Amino acid sequence: MDFNNTQAIYLQIADYVCDKIQLEQWREDEKIPSVRELAVILEVNPNTIMRSYEYLQQNEIIYTKRGMGYFTQPNAAKKILKTRQEQFMAEELPQLFKKMQLLNIPVSQLQASYEQFINTKN
Amino acid sequence: MINIENLTFGYHKKQMVLENLNLHIKPGHIYGLLGRNGAGKSSLLHNICGLLFPNTGTCQVAGKIPARRSPEFLQNVFLLPEEIYLPNVSIKSYLDIYAPFYPEFSRDMFFKFLKEFEVPKENKLQNMSYGQKKKVMISFALATQAKVLLMDEPTNGLDIPSKKQFRKIIAGVIKEDQLIIISTHQVKDLDSLIDFVLILEDNKIILHEPVDRITDKLAFKQVMSLDEIAAVIYSEGALKGYAVVAINHKQEPSRMDMEIFFNAVLTEKQQILSQFN
Repeated sequence: MDFNNTQAIYLQIADYVCDKIQLEQWREDEKIPSVRELAVILEVNPNTIMRSYEYLQQNEIIYTKRGMGYFTQPNAAKKILKTRQEQFMAEELPQLFKKMQLLNIPVSQLQASYEQFINTKN
Repeated sequence: MINIENLTFGYHKKQMVLENLNLHIKPGHIYGLLGRNGAGKSSLLHNICGLLFPNTGTCQVAGKIPARRSPEFLQNVFLLPEEIYLPNVSIKSYLDIYAPFYPEFSRDMFFKFLKEFEVPKENKLQNMSYGQKKKVMISFALATQAKVLLMDEPTNGLDIPSKKQFRKIIAGVIKEDQLIIISTHQVKDLDSLIDFVLILEDNKIILHEPVDRITDKLAFKQVMSLDEIAAVIYSEGALKGYAVVAINHKQEPSRMDMEIFFNAVLTEKQQILSQFN
């Protein structure tokens, strides 16, 4: 995996896990790779994966079953979607607005572009 | 697992390479040993494995004194040197000769690693390229399952896919009762594996910190202009603005850039080190 240079690796790994769940590559309430397995896949220290899993546990995305490993929470995908929506509104949107203001692009102009984007994607 | 107290070592009486060096490290981690050329990294590793003896001070590794070179100690430590000399025999005979010294040696692991490195197992050692020899020795080192593994520039000579393979293998083998020290200048190859940083400078270990604590105390950032960020300790011009090490006042999580951190420690030593007191 290619990590970006700025964000802490354990958070990038947590993001990777959330992607897998959101894309339904890892299903809800099913077992996910062990710490060791994910360390090999992502070529990182197992202690770093451990920190990501602890972080995801605190955020109730995954849980452990004693002696059986880590599982995704039954409502994990919904929870991730909600968190990421909030994050988009709080962090990414202001950035976009800042740039729109700088380039003098009115919000009304976005509507058509957005519809066109959705149409070509489907 | 390694306890070094006031170790002093030099090749000549007048010039000490290591002076009053203290180091206490525990298993379950991968330590990156960083230092300039000639700082004494290899001398330190050689003292740890019993190839060199301290002039004064004590060095204790896995409960033993390395300089006594007891079999129980030697079974549990393996040094992969930077330059390797191998006898002109086949891989199989090499195993027959050297593997019995290590009671925990796993042939299965050895051949599994060779396969992952894509080294043909029928080869004679001296007919191999430098990189291939290195892969054989890395596989051997890890297959000994020694409790203390010392690696001097292990990724030197490895091609790009093998570096990736090396990271996967290390991530898969490190155990909780095992300790790996990697001495390297190729920090970009290994910075996702290393979880503790050791910096050797001025004849001693001046910094010994987990990566987590370094990023707690310091923020690593890329900025367009140096005005954007407060409490900058060190900066380097980069393609887009600056790569910056600053005091992490806002408790922001960031990713440590080991190369920049190392440069920062060398140029702004007092300021960086004072963050960790």
